[in-house]
Amino acid sequence: MTEQKRNWTGGNQESLIDVVKLTKTFEDIIAVNEISFSVDEGEIFGFLGPNGAGKTTTINILTGLSRPDSGTIVVAGLDCTKNPKAAQHLIGIVPDESNLYPELSGFDNLCFCASLYGIRKKERCERARELLQIFGLREAANRKFAGYSKGMKRKLTIAAGIIHRPQILFLDEPTTGIDVASARQIRQLISALNSNGTSIFLTTHYIEEAERLCNRIAFIVKGRIVRIDTIENLMGQTQGQHVVQFAFQTTTDKACEYIKAEFPELQCKTVSEGISIESPLPIRVGPLVRLLEDNGLEVTEAKKILPTLEDVFVKITGIEAGMMKQEKEKMKMGGNA
Amino acid sequence: MKKWIAFWNILLKDVRSYYLKPPNISWGLLFPLVWITMFFIRSGMGMDKLPDLLPGLAALSILFGTTSVLSVTVTFEKKGRSFERLLLSPISLELLMLAKTSGAIIFGTINALVPIFAAMFLADLSALNWYIFIPAIVLIAISSTFLGLFIAVSVKEVFEAQTFSNFFRFPMIFLCGLFFPIASLPIFLRPLSYALPLTYGTDILHGSMNGSNLMPFWMDFLVLSGFCVVLFYFSLRNINKKWIT
Ligand SMILES: Nc1ncnc2c1ncn2[C@@H]1O[C@H](COP(=O)(O)OP(=O)(O)OP(=O)(O)O)[C@@H](O)[C@H]1O
Ligand SMILES: [Mg+2]
Repeated sequence: MTEQKRNWTGGNQESLIDVVKLTKTFEDIIAVNEISFSVDEGEIFGFLGPNGAGKTTTINILTGLSRPDSGTIVVAGLDCTKNPKAAQHLIGIVPDESNLYPELSGFDNLCFCASLYGIRKKERCERARELLQIFGLREAANRKFAGYSKGMKRKLTIAAGIIHRPQILFLDEPTTGIDVASARQIRQLISALNSNGTSIFLTTHYIEEAERLCNRIAFIVKGRIVRIDTIENLMGQTQGQHVVQFAFQTTTDKACEYIKAEFPELQCKTVSEGISIESPLPIRVGPLVRLLEDNGLEVTEAKKILPTLEDVFVKITGIEAGMMKQEKEKMKMGGNA
Repeated sequence: MKKWIAFWNILLKDVRSYYLKPPNISWGLLFPLVWITMFFIRSGMGMDKLPDLLPGLAALSILFGTTSVLSVTVTFEKKGRSFERLLLSPISLELLMLAKTSGAIIFGTINALVPIFAAMFLADLSALNWYIFIPAIVLIAISSTFLGLFIAVSVKEVFEAQTFSNFFRFPMIFLCGLFFPIASLPIFLRPLSYALPLTYGTDILHGSMNGSNLMPFWMDFLVLSGFCVVLFYFSLRNINKKWIT
């Protein structure tokens, strides 16, 4: 297994999920505001957005735990707007917080979940054993779920979500609050699952995770989708944009002033490492260093910055990258499985 | 077929996780026995009076047995979010709730059989019409369970379910003719008696014991079944409205 994206050709596939103008309000909060999107067969579709953006609300509506105020939902050709139960046999759900039974063992939890989908006993047990093996939980199979660690809980919750071999898997922040190694393993499992033909709808607020896993991404902010596109197209957005960063011996606020005065065509802003200069044309570093040094600043480093999805996200949503990072740290410290 | 695999396993899990746990078993056995003992000590009656007490005891055991467990199997699972997993599975809400309640119905019926078995060794039950008595026990178990369900889906916390169900249970001991005839109640309370399902159940039990029923059996059965349908319907409506937000 590798953390490699499956070759997704896009465009000509059948849509598996079709959502049109979905709206959901809670009292005075518009949790989801007229969102429309479709998920194609065989792809990993990502919902990327900060806390409270409406990601979980969207999953709840699509899976039948919540009713929309307006809009239409079609899953695998079945109209789920009126009857939210219509497609439940085709989907698997991994919620942000585990909803397995604390008093049952890992093995019994999996068997029980399989039985809810009408799988017979022999097949249930075989499949449960197979999944425990794949997820590295064989030793813990007969221990109570309540005693599992956060990472183990998350893995078992994913196993429970796929035990009936769903056509579509919904994953709500699968790696939040999980250590780096486990998160990596979970991402590999997601990729492998996708390679075997499962279409995946995933929410996350880790930009790198979306970049690594997803074929297409929707940026969602305050209940609205601000952009949906393939990773390639989104990254293309930053093509032709050149960024150079300078670091100094001592911190300074003046650096940008000097540069703006001399080179008004360049965009300059102060960043934590020093300053960052942007331009649609290639930037010549020499004259800039000379200017800064002439003004008494000692440049310790100049580096070219390659664009990332994070830059695209910031540019499109206007949300500070720092804010998403902060949230990430908060989740890491106080997150739950 | 698939639906029934789900139904059976939901029931089986509840039986294993809740009903077969030592506290529940001992509760189910002890509770009726304690009541029997208490009555004899309090009233100083002889064993020959036991058949008169039996209907009340059986009804009481069912009422307390079923309503207590539902606040756990439903309210507790709702709080722990595992109930969501059931709501997300491809079985209809009706079947799901029948699966969640059938454990309590069986538990309630067994609860009622404890004082009856005890009584078989202590008194002469030859006059008892079992063909009426047993169906009535089952129907009382169903209506009490659905009353418990209705309470469980109307509240948020487990302790609220307990308080709320006591609000129903204790008055029912007095209002439903379990141990005192309804005719001995103050006249303004009597309409309340007829608004409670247990009144009809107790009436059948008394009737099957010594023919002292106030209403014809068919009417008791009909009204009791009506309560079951209405309570189940409103419980489902509440779940639909409150839990699928
Ligand atoms: N049951 C509810 N009652 C009231 N408000 C709700 C409810 N569920 C969600 N909301 C509100 O809807 C908005 C969207 O919430 P949602 O949980 O979908 O966000 P999210 O994108 O999943 O965030 P997070 O990254 O924190 O999980 C929030 O403002 C939230 O407070
Ligand atoms: Mg969420």
